[in-house]
Amino acid sequence: MKTEILMPSLSPTMEEGSLAKWYVSPGDKVKPGDIIADIETDKALMEYESIEEGTVVELIVKEGTENIKVNSLIAVIETEGTEEINIRKVNDIKKIEPVSADNYEEVTSEEDKVDSVNINLEDSKKLNNETTENKVVNELTVREAINSAIAEEMRLDGDVFLMGEEVGEYQGAYKVSQGLLEEFGPERVIDTPITEHGFTGLAVGAAFTGIRPIVEFMTFNFAMQALDQIINSAAKTNYMSGGQINCPIVFRGPNGAAARVAAQHSQDFASLYASIPGLKVVQPFSAEDAKGLLKSAIRENNPVIFLENEILYGKSFPVNIDPEQIIPIGKAKTISTGQDVTIISYGIGMMHTLEADKKLKELGINAEIVDLRTIRPIDFDTIIESVKKTNRCVTVEESFPVCSVGSYIGSQIMIRAFDYLDAPVLNCTGKDVPMPYAENLEKAALITPDEIVFSVKKVLYKD
Amino acid sequence: MEKTSISKKQLLELYHKMVLIRRFEEKAGQLYGMGHIGGFCHLYIGQEAVVVGIDSIKENGDQDITSYRDHGHMLACGMDPKMVMAELTGRFTGYSKGKGGSMHMFSKSEGFYGGHGIVGAQVPIGAGIAFANKYKKNSCVCFTYFGEGAANQGQVYEAFNMASLWKLPVVFVIENNQYAMGTSMVRASSTEEMFARGLAFNIPGKAVNGMNVLDVAKEAAHAADHCRAGKGPFILEMKTYRYRGHSMSDPAKYRTREEVQKVREEKDPIDTLRSILIEKHKISEKQFKATDAEIKSIVSEASDFALNSPEPDIEELWTDVYAG
Repeated sequence: MKTEILMPSLSPTMEEGSLAKWYVSPGDKVKPGDIIADIETDKALMEYESIEEGTVVELIVKEGTENIKVNSLIAVIETEGTEEINIRKVNDIKKIEPVSADNYEEVTSEEDKVDSVNINLEDSKKLNNETTENKVVNELTVREAINSAIAEEMRLDGDVFLMGEEVGEYQGAYKVSQGLLEEFGPERVIDTPITEHGFTGLAVGAAFTGIRPIVEFMTFNFAMQALDQIINSAAKTNYMSGGQINCPIVFRGPNGAAARVAAQHSQDFASLYASIPGLKVVQPFSAEDAKGLLKSAIRENNPVIFLENEILYGKSFPVNIDPEQIIPIGKAKTISTGQDVTIISYGIGMMHTLEADKKLKELGINAEIVDLRTIRPIDFDTIIESVKKTNRCVTVEESFPVCSVGSYIGSQIMIRAFDYLDAPVLNCTGKDVPMPYAENLEKAALITPDEIVFSVKKVLYKD
Repeated sequence: MEKTSISKKQLLELYHKMVLIRRFEEKAGQLYGMGHIGGFCHLYIGQEAVVVGIDSIKENGDQDITSYRDHGHMLACGMDPKMVMAELTGRFTGYSKGKGGSMHMFSKSEGFYGGHGIVGAQVPIGAGIAFANKYKKNSCVCFTYFGEGAANQGQVYEAFNMASLWKLPVVFVIENNQYAMGTSMVRASSTEEMFARGLAFNIPGKAVNGMNVLDVAKEAAHAADHCRAGKGPFILEMKTYRYRGHSMSDPAKYRTREEVQKVREEKDPIDTLRSILIEKHKISEKQFKATDAEIKSIVSEASDFALNSPEPDIEELWTDVYAG
């Protein structure tokens, strides 16, 4: 009997992976527990064990193949038994040549480039006056963009260092800090014990003396252990010292829901941190914004909460790779112009918004989409200017609805542009429940493009 | 460079600082009673030998960080009594422009990193200042003070672990005044040996008579040498006593008047040093009186300066939220 060996899913958000190494060849005998391959996910290199006993018949994908979708066929093993099953044709697997990191840009397949979340480069050039005339644009993932922002700033300033759990030898729990230990050494890329409260306080103390820590939280859920140091020490000391002791520090790491990791690991902390004077709060969507804003955050003389997203780490965007390309904190970006409604979002909310926008276009609705990028301070100039034009507004975010970023924006629009409104401001948020584990419930708890379309139709009285 | 013999001049300086702290705190207590100082106000009376002894062995660039019972630390490290009192009274001329108050004062130039209002929070911060010393490859030591009550906070042990793991130049000074607010140490701690709290992390520790400034100076010098030699942190448990309540609003019903009185009569750090000065250095009553008069005028000058200083402009509400 022939048994199919499929590409395994090895992390909550893994959609595809690479076959880094085969340990077996056709004709080899394998038994359960034998390592048959190294699979590289977006997070790590994992050994893949056989659960079958038998003989390897065929290796379907070559060593070095990247972007192999989860559950696609990678090998066939002859096992004990009589019945033969049909094997899917090898042609089902997209043939992609092995690539190395340095020619990543050229070999990324066309299909990956037209990822649904990509912003049209020409549009963003028109709308984004931060871009320079002769910019060099590369396709980078958000992960690579964050990595290069850290590396570039560490090259420029010897006072910048990275600390956190698994940032060094492990190369980052989400591979964001890959290669940094090798370039900068263990004095500047510091593996900490699992001790968020302690290492956050330690980093704050270091920042008080003028050096510039970048603190990676493996996820922002774990920063709950360190909230006292972030809020009471980092955010307030400049004020309490009459401006004598500032705290140039970046707290960064993945935030928000990932996939199927349930309540304690799935929440967006933007509104919580945004309510604290003394902090700045950034949540980028695109790789270019992630890079440019992180560079700004590292150069900031104040504590910056830099909220990343695990699902976005692997998404590719065009990025101006000029090391001097920095994006100021506190400036929103108008992604597309329209006159029917303003949709304001940030972070992964932008992904749902852009998806919804496709449906809105089919309905003949032209939305003006504003990516907030910074949650504190909020760029109300851009928001109010847009609402005065469209007279309608929908906010989109993944966080809980009570005291959400959207509810604050709604109240400010009411105060600053009441006479311009033709409909109440609606907030699309996550549901007011702890994140459930079950796949269907999790889906129901998160915002969806359909909910955004529904809200837009409602403010246009088209429901 | 262990300090085995301290000159008469140095001893007089120690005496001067200890008396300054005591008179300053008495004045602060008085101003609190008159309504000039608001909020929380934690006096250092009784514990003066600890900060004065440690300060005497500090080297240029060494830092201090402590809790909210911080007035003594500021005066010991050379901060201006006028500006400290102005901050206590919420005036613009205070160290934090009146925006920090008793518990939140800082002086970067004197290496004083606060003044922290959250019990135990200054401990990892102090380890972080020591981390920066190591990062910058200087030879400075950060003296990180906390009480025996704070020693039960979890983050203290997170800081111990990292400080020992990374051999950070930090002296953890546990000021054991025996009461965490109203709870005596035996009612809150499973062990009475605070100096041994670092043993699990390989941090050496020593109990010191914190009521004798010379003992404090000697052991602090030893601990600082340990740090400067690159051997990592050191714990000093300073056995001391506070005469006043936890804060001004504490009636101190958890201990008897007799207990306090006994310590004052038998162990007072200022009287102890005074006896040494009289016996070994033949300091006359007249000389003490001159010193006392000088200090009295410093303190009343500080008080006058504070009370005659303006409150911050209302615009100051909006400044310093962010650094430029």
